[in-house]
Amino acid sequence: MREPRVLRFFQLWPQTGAEPLGDVGFRWLSGCCALLVPLLIWAIFVQLLYYSLPTIKTFGLGFLFSQTWNPVTQEFGAASSIFGTLISTLIAMLLAVPLSMVIALLLVELAPPWISRVIGTLIELLAAIPSIIYGMWGLFVFAPFMADYVQPALGHTLGFLPLFQGPPMGIGMLTAGIILAFMILPFITMITRDVFTLVPPVVKESAYGMGSTTWEVTYKVTIPYGLVGVLGAGFLGLGRALGETMAVTFVIGNTHRISASLFAPGNSIASCLANEFAEATEPLYVSALIALGLVLFIVTYLVQVLSQILLRRMYRAWSVGL
Amino acid sequence: MKKTLCLALTLAFILGVFGLAQAEAMKINGAGASFPYPVYSQWAHKYKDLKEVEVNYQSIGSGGGIAQIKAKTVNFGGTDKPLKLEEQKESDLLMFPMLIGGIVPVVNIKGIKAGELQLSQELLANIFMGNIKSWDDPAIKKANPDLKLPKQAITIVHRADGSGSTWLFTHYLSQISPDWKAKVGYGKVVSWPTGIGAKGNEGVAANVNRVMGGIGYVEYAYAIKGNLTYAKLENQAGKFVAPSIESFQSAAAYADWKNAPGYFMVLTNQPGDNTWPIAGATFILIHKTQPDVKLAKAMLEYFEWCFKHGSDIATQLHYVPMPEEVVKMVEASWTQEVKADGQPVWQ
Repeated sequence: MREPRVLRFFQLWPQTGAEPLGDVGFRWLSGCCALLVPLLIWAIFVQLLYYSLPTIKTFGLGFLFSQTWNPVTQEFGAASSIFGTLISTLIAMLLAVPLSMVIALLLVELAPPWISRVIGTLIELLAAIPSIIYGMWGLFVFAPFMADYVQPALGHTLGFLPLFQGPPMGIGMLTAGIILAFMILPFITMITRDVFTLVPPVVKESAYGMGSTTWEVTYKVTIPYGLVGVLGAGFLGLGRALGETMAVTFVIGNTHRISASLFAPGNSIASCLANEFAEATEPLYVSALIALGLVLFIVTYLVQVLSQILLRRMYRAWSVGL
Repeated sequence: MKKTLCLALTLAFILGVFGLAQAEAMKINGAGASFPYPVYSQWAHKYKDLKEVEVNYQSIGSGGGIAQIKAKTVNFGGTDKPLKLEEQKESDLLMFPMLIGGIVPVVNIKGIKAGELQLSQELLANIFMGNIKSWDDPAIKKANPDLKLPKQAITIVHRADGSGSTWLFTHYLSQISPDWKAKVGYGKVVSWPTGIGAKGNEGVAANVNRVMGGIGYVEYAYAIKGNLTYAKLENQAGKFVAPSIESFQSAAAYADWKNAPGYFMVLTNQPGDNTWPIAGATFILIHKTQPDVKLAKAMLEYFEWCFKHGSDIATQLHYVPMPEEVVKMVEASWTQEVKADGQPVWQ
């Protein structure tokens, strides 16, 4: 069933005159344009791999597990950057996903239409702010706020956990994660809202007709219906958070060290690249930075693939009509 | 009537185009260190008004400047990190100093004003090494008996991006502390024993200003413009000095340029009672064999103008111009080394 269609797609000339030339031309044009995307991804991957070879040869797999990053002695390890990327993204997801789900529910279920429209537009505006602005705001406004109020309070109440120990400096892993959460919040919220509006009114109305309260309809109808979409939205946000550069660079503290405390400074792959690429001159140093880029490329790719697989599974298992 | 008007307009247009072409004839391109960029851009602006020679300078960082001049994509490169004579020879380059600046430690301690805190060589190294952790440490108190130092943790703020400032600062620490030299060393990016990293001078300044007990290092011009609380440092002669144009000039004057092959000179830890210990020169790189006589001559004329008439602009922006003897030496090297078609460009 599938094969003939694929074959027909790549047929340059119509065989029995069944198809007009314009259709064939359009098919080829669109096919070539679409082919650019996989070619580009492939080319980027090959380039990254090629220039990472000196690093891979010198450090081997140890590159991924070593915490040393010393340009003076030319010893490089990616562990602290990978750790920082994953932890800051994790904090961002933990905050942004539940928050955006609640906001989306308010927009769809609770708020009067005009309020919902105003808030919706504001959230879209939030998505349009360039990341450097988030970074500057994070450094000059949000970090002092964290240092003066949030971190002392957290240290006071939850200070027995190693997560919240250390001097409140304002910048560090926690601040970076929260800024990231602000940045991905609009994306997740907008998609989640659209997913929730797609829940068929008939289903909701029947639930109301059976005497359900708003809470029950939300909890038992809207959320289960939209959960697959919410997860998809979450993965989109995740992809963005993994690669976010400027905002993180400003507030993460930029130190090649792994610490248990979220108050401590750390770094992420993207922030390390932004800081050090311009002035890196030694070949091995440049290669190590490119290898970091390769790691980020692979991590992002794996996340996308995993999310696709997961989504398809859930979609089939729940067989909801979305 | 109409025809004459048309003709006149066309003539005017053609003349205008030729005029423009002539005015645009000379364009000199440079790229490199960001540290001297404020001065270079002012100089270029003023020089264009005087001589109709356009000098473009892109501040892309020292590493970028060296790479660009080696690849011959620019006419001159700028760098804060001097190249050794062998490396200059390898790429047929001539390097000479252009300006002097200094790196200044800045602090944020409650009740301490600019210039009040004094740091000896040992203290500075131990603080950045992470050996001294609090401002009320007996060692700091002993060096500053008149100051009331609070019980406050020390937070180091360093540059996160590759930077000539870091190069100078760590180069100085390596000279005064064998421990630092062995464990950390010097470079544009180093593996700092402790502290947080910030992007650019402004990032370091913002973090030091906010974190109580913070200490960092910035370029002098930045410390003055940002009104930061700088500390006095102990120099090689054992005297405590404040950063100023005079104390940088003293570092340049005591420097033995005559015996510095290829002008390879790092102005950290120079002798002299008034010398600021962490001064540094920023350099220009040009090719010894110039492809175009006219352009080469225009470029050297521009540099000569910068040396002789650019001092006011430099001083206003808190940079130090080169001493006169050094300028004479540099011009002598131009005559000797820079050639086009086998003939010396500069007489």
